[in-house]
Amino acid sequence: METGFLPRGRFHELLAALHRSGYRCLGPRVREGAIVYAAILVAEDLPRGARDHQAAGHYRIEQTASPRYFAWANGPQALKPIVFAPQEVLWRVRRQADGGLEFHRQTPPAERLAVIGVRACDLAALALQDRHFLGAAGDDPHYAARRAELFLVAVHCSDPSDVCFCVSTGDGPQASSGFDLALCELDSGFIVESGSDRGAVVAAELGLEAVGGDARAAAARQADAARTRQHRSLPGRDLRAALFANLEHPGWEEVAGRCLACGNCTSVCPTCFCHASVETPALDGGMSVHARAWDSCFSQGHSYIHGLTVRSDTRARYRQWLTHKLGSWHEQFGRSGCVGCGRCISWCPVGIDITEEAATVCTGVADE
Amino acid sequence: MSTVVAKDRPRAAVHKFASCDGCQLALLNLGEDLLLLSSLVEFVHFAEAGQVNPEAPVDIAFVEGSISTAKDVERIQRVRARSRFLVAIGACATAGGLQALRNLADGQAWIADVYASPDYVDSLQSSTAVAQHVKVDLELWGCPVNSRQLIAAVRALLFGVAPFEEHDKVCLECKRAQVVCVMVAHGLPCMGPVTRTGCGALCPSFGRDCYACYGPAENPNTEVLGRRLEGLGLAPAAIGRCFLSINNGAPPFTEAGLRRVHEHD
Repeated sequence: METGFLPRGRFHELLAALHRSGYRCLGPRVREGAIVYAAILVAEDLPRGARDHQAAGHYRIEQTASPRYFAWANGPQALKPIVFAPQEVLWRVRRQADGGLEFHRQTPPAERLAVIGVRACDLAALALQDRHFLGAAGDDPHYAARRAELFLVAVHCSDPSDVCFCVSTGDGPQASSGFDLALCELDSGFIVESGSDRGAVVAAELGLEAVGGDARAAAARQADAARTRQHRSLPGRDLRAALFANLEHPGWEEVAGRCLACGNCTSVCPTCFCHASVETPALDGGMSVHARAWDSCFSQGHSYIHGLTVRSDTRARYRQWLTHKLGSWHEQFGRSGCVGCGRCISWCPVGIDITEEAATVCTGVADE
Repeated sequence: MSTVVAKDRPRAAVHKFASCDGCQLALLNLGEDLLLLSSLVEFVHFAEAGQVNPEAPVDIAFVEGSISTAKDVERIQRVRARSRFLVAIGACATAGGLQALRNLADGQAWIADVYASPDYVDSLQSSTAVAQHVKVDLELWGCPVNSRQLIAAVRALLFGVAPFEEHDKVCLECKRAQVVCVMVAHGLPCMGPVTRTGCGALCPSFGRDCYACYGPAENPNTEVLGRRLEGLGLAPAAIGRCFLSINNGAPPFTEAGLRRVHEHD
């Protein structure tokens, strides 16, 4: 629901309103040469004028004179590390004097956290992670605690990068749902929409101005440009049949030859949810800490079952990733697991492009 | 803290071969836990900590260093014969160490270049991993290994279970620490994609590239990483040196390094 216009010079009022409502704010900042989510106290913390240049295996930030805070596509993080922690303690167990074991669950406290600058692809990914972690099998208490009070301030993507393909997956560049507030950034300020009751409450505190015809026209032009600028695409939204008909395609072997099997793609993927369990007993054996840590289908341990590694080579691991992500996710979650954010392309150290590999292996090899 | 000394503690020894002693510091730097450890395990031989009894039979032998002299070749056999469970610790013991570079060169010529009286130096032409001489039950990689690795191994052995082998790629640890990739964002020649975890992605978390001190990870694609380093502007000889460094004696690195060096010929 469109609510009004916030001039650029008053952006700090949004932060103040969120702070008043008890939210700690996370937003984009340039750290270690990339856009990452970090604490935002004042508008000056935002990456004014930063632009990202992304290509396969390549990411650089350029500082420009633009007044804009959000004229970049994304960084290596999505919302995933905020809700599905990369490594976290689940429980501790202590040995009692009588030999019994006492378990203590360790759940993070629910915190009012506002994340500013969220993209449409990240919202689509969050919806998928919600289905996994808050699914029919019951809520994951750790994810649920972090998710409960999350306030999402989306920004419609004005500057997709060279690797973005959210138009092809149907997930962007405009955020359409899943946010509390959504911003369309123009040079002069922000068109603000609310997408939830609590979003409307915050927006009402801002004393927004009416959206002028010029601003509306500029927003429409910007959205069109963001759409047409994308040139990568997947060969379709449902590749189940094509992938599973081509399990022996020579393309799997060929990509395995170029792949480091390092797991960077799955780590930056905003929808990948695999993890390993890590047990760390104290030296005296009296207690042990049970943690989970992001794992990857590119690791040996991921497919290890007692005495056997199911997927020992990279061909099998890459095929597992793609056939799950673009294929069997449909059975699991009713859609593909790819939201077109392009992170796996940029952050692959050797620049393997999921859209090219999918196109290759989904092109059937003629039966002999 | 409880430091009740267990009766019939397992006996342990720390043996040193060709090395800098740095891996033994992972034990000596344990602080208070060193007291706890010695209440759980009896160190009968640990020269750096003052216990000297190299011929005593033990349950666990930690072996630091590479096999570098004719005497080493004999001594490692005696260590093996007197130990139930032999743990090779650190790059020297698991891959021959930095000193294994002489395996790829004329070691005698180097000695002649460095020492005024080279005839005093009595060493083999090669420096090799412990596992090339005797059966090794567990290898802890790293230059140096850290206390966490040693504690985890000792604890698992005390529980009577097989210690967990860490062999994922550094990239996984790096991403778990949410470090921005130094190769993708800065173009640094990072060895993380072929290197074994265990360090906690220490170097990338300080903005520098991994230099493979934990040795090869499982399933390392050294050829593709080499090509990527070439793309970053490294000459073949420089790429060769990335592999032929601390863990030059680990077979995947030896092979990858020599291939690049010979491209230069």
